[in-house]
Amino acid sequence: MYGKGRIIPALILFLGLMTSPIWYKSGEASKMPKPEKPKDYTECVAPTQEMRTSHMVLLNQWRDDILREGGARTGKTPNGTEYVRSLQNGCMKCHSDKKKFCDACHNYTSVKPYCWDCHLQPKEAM
Amino acid sequence: MRILNPFIAVLALIAVGLVAAQVPGGQALMGIVLPYLAFALFLGGFAYRVMQWAKSPVPFRIPTTCGQANSLPWIKQNKIDCPSTKLGVIARMILEVFLFRSLFRNTKAEMHEGPKLVYGSSKFLWLFAILFHYCFLIIVLRHMRLFIDPVPGFVAALEFGDGFLQIGAPVFYQTDAIFLGAIAFLFLRRVMLSNIRYISLPADYFPLFLIFGIAVTGILMRYVFRADVVAIKQLTHGLTTFAPAIAAGQISPIFFIHVFLVCALLIYFPFSKLMHMAGVFMSPTRNMINNSRMVRHINPWNDPNIKPHSYAGYEDEFREFMKEGGIPVEKE
Repeated sequence: MYGKGRIIPALILFLGLMTSPIWYKSGEASKMPKPEKPKDYTECVAPTQEMRTSHMVLLNQWRDDILREGGARTGKTPNGTEYVRSLQNGCMKCHSDKKKFCDACHNYTSVKPYCWDCHLQPKEAM
Repeated sequence: MRILNPFIAVLALIAVGLVAAQVPGGQALMGIVLPYLAFALFLGGFAYRVMQWAKSPVPFRIPTTCGQANSLPWIKQNKIDCPSTKLGVIARMILEVFLFRSLFRNTKAEMHEGPKLVYGSSKFLWLFAILFHYCFLIIVLRHMRLFIDPVPGFVAALEFGDGFLQIGAPVFYQTDAIFLGAIAFLFLRRVMLSNIRYISLPADYFPLFLIFGIAVTGILMRYVFRADVVAIKQLTHGLTTFAPAIAAGQISPIFFIHVFLVCALLIYFPFSKLMHMAGVFMSPTRNMINNSRMVRHINPWNDPNIKPHSYAGYEDEFREFMKEGGIPVEKE
C-alpha cells in the first residue's frame, strides 16, 4: 500500500464524519414530543392526522382566502361546530399555550415558522 | 436506449418502493432493514475502493501540467497549475476540490469560416456543476435535523438561510429549485451536445435520473403530498440511535419511495463513477508534485536485492564468451 500515512487517516476521518449522527451525543429516540391537547375541546377543524401533516398549509389558505379574496372569518367543522378562522383567535383559543403545544413538535423537528414575526402569542397580548 | 434503459430502471425502483410501502411488513423492510444495509454497503464499498486505489503503485510522475514548469530563474513559473512544491500541490488540490478549477479552465474549440479554429472559454459546465454539488451538500446537511436530537445550531442556521425568502408554508427552500435546475442542465448537456451525447453511457444517465428522482420525491413530500415529520423523525432518529420504530399508518408512501431511492443511490455509489468523491483526492494527475527534474524517483516495486548492472560490469562478466563469439568488446 502506498501513501499510507495520508490515506488511512483521511479514510477514518471520512467514515467518522459519515457516521457522526450515530456517535454525536444524541437524545433518546423514545423521547417523543407530547404536545398538550386542550382539555375543554375535543374536536379540531380537521382530522388529527391531517392537522399533523398539513396545518401550515391550512393557515396559509386561511390567510389567502380572508385577506386577499375577502373570504369568511368563520368556518364549520364536519360536526357543525363554528370556529374563527384565525391563528390568534381561532387556533390559540383552544391551544392556548404556544410553548406546550406548537413548540413541542417544532423544536423536535427544527421548524421555525415565521408566524410569530407578526402575530402575538396569547400571553404577550394580555 | 442508452438514455431509456436507465430511465426505466429508475421508474422501476420507484414502482418497487411504492408497492413495498403498501405490503404488510414492507415498511419495516424499507424503513429499517434496507437503510442499515445500504449504509453499511456504502461505507464498506467506499473504504474498499479507496484501499484498492491505495494499493495501485504510481511509479511515474504524471501530474497534468497546465502552465509553465519550474525552469530558469528569469522564466516565471505557474506555481499552481504546474506545482513544483508541496505547497503548490496543496493550493492546487484545494482549488480543485472546493472550486472545481479544472472545470473552470474548460475551453471550447470551434471551427469558423476560413477555415479558422477558435478557442473560447466555456464556463457553463463549471457553473452548474458547482451549483449542483453545493446544493447537494446543503440538502444533505439540512437532513441532519431528522437524524440528530437536539438539532445542532449549524443545521438550523442552514435551514434559515435556505428558506430566507419566506415563501409559503412550509417555507420554500432555494436549494431545492437550484438543485433541480442544475440536474436538468447536466442532463440536457448530455442530450443536446452531439459530441457529449456520443460519449455518454447508461452509467452517466442513471445517477442523473436517480438523483433527480430523489430530489423530486423529496420536494413532492414536502410541498404536495405532505408527510408527518414527527413520525418520520421518530423513525430516522431511531435509526441513528439503534432503536428504530415505525408509527403505524402515519408515514405516507412517498416517504418510502424517497428512502428507497436514497438507499439505491447509497448501494450504487461505491460501484459507480460517483466515487469521484474520493477519487478527486487520489488522482495522481492532480496530487503529484511536478519535480521530476529535481528529484530522482525510484520505481516503488523495484526489488532492492537486484543491484544495478552496468554495461561495463556486464562486459567484465562475459568478456571471454563475447570474444569467443566474435562480439566486439570495449575493453580488451
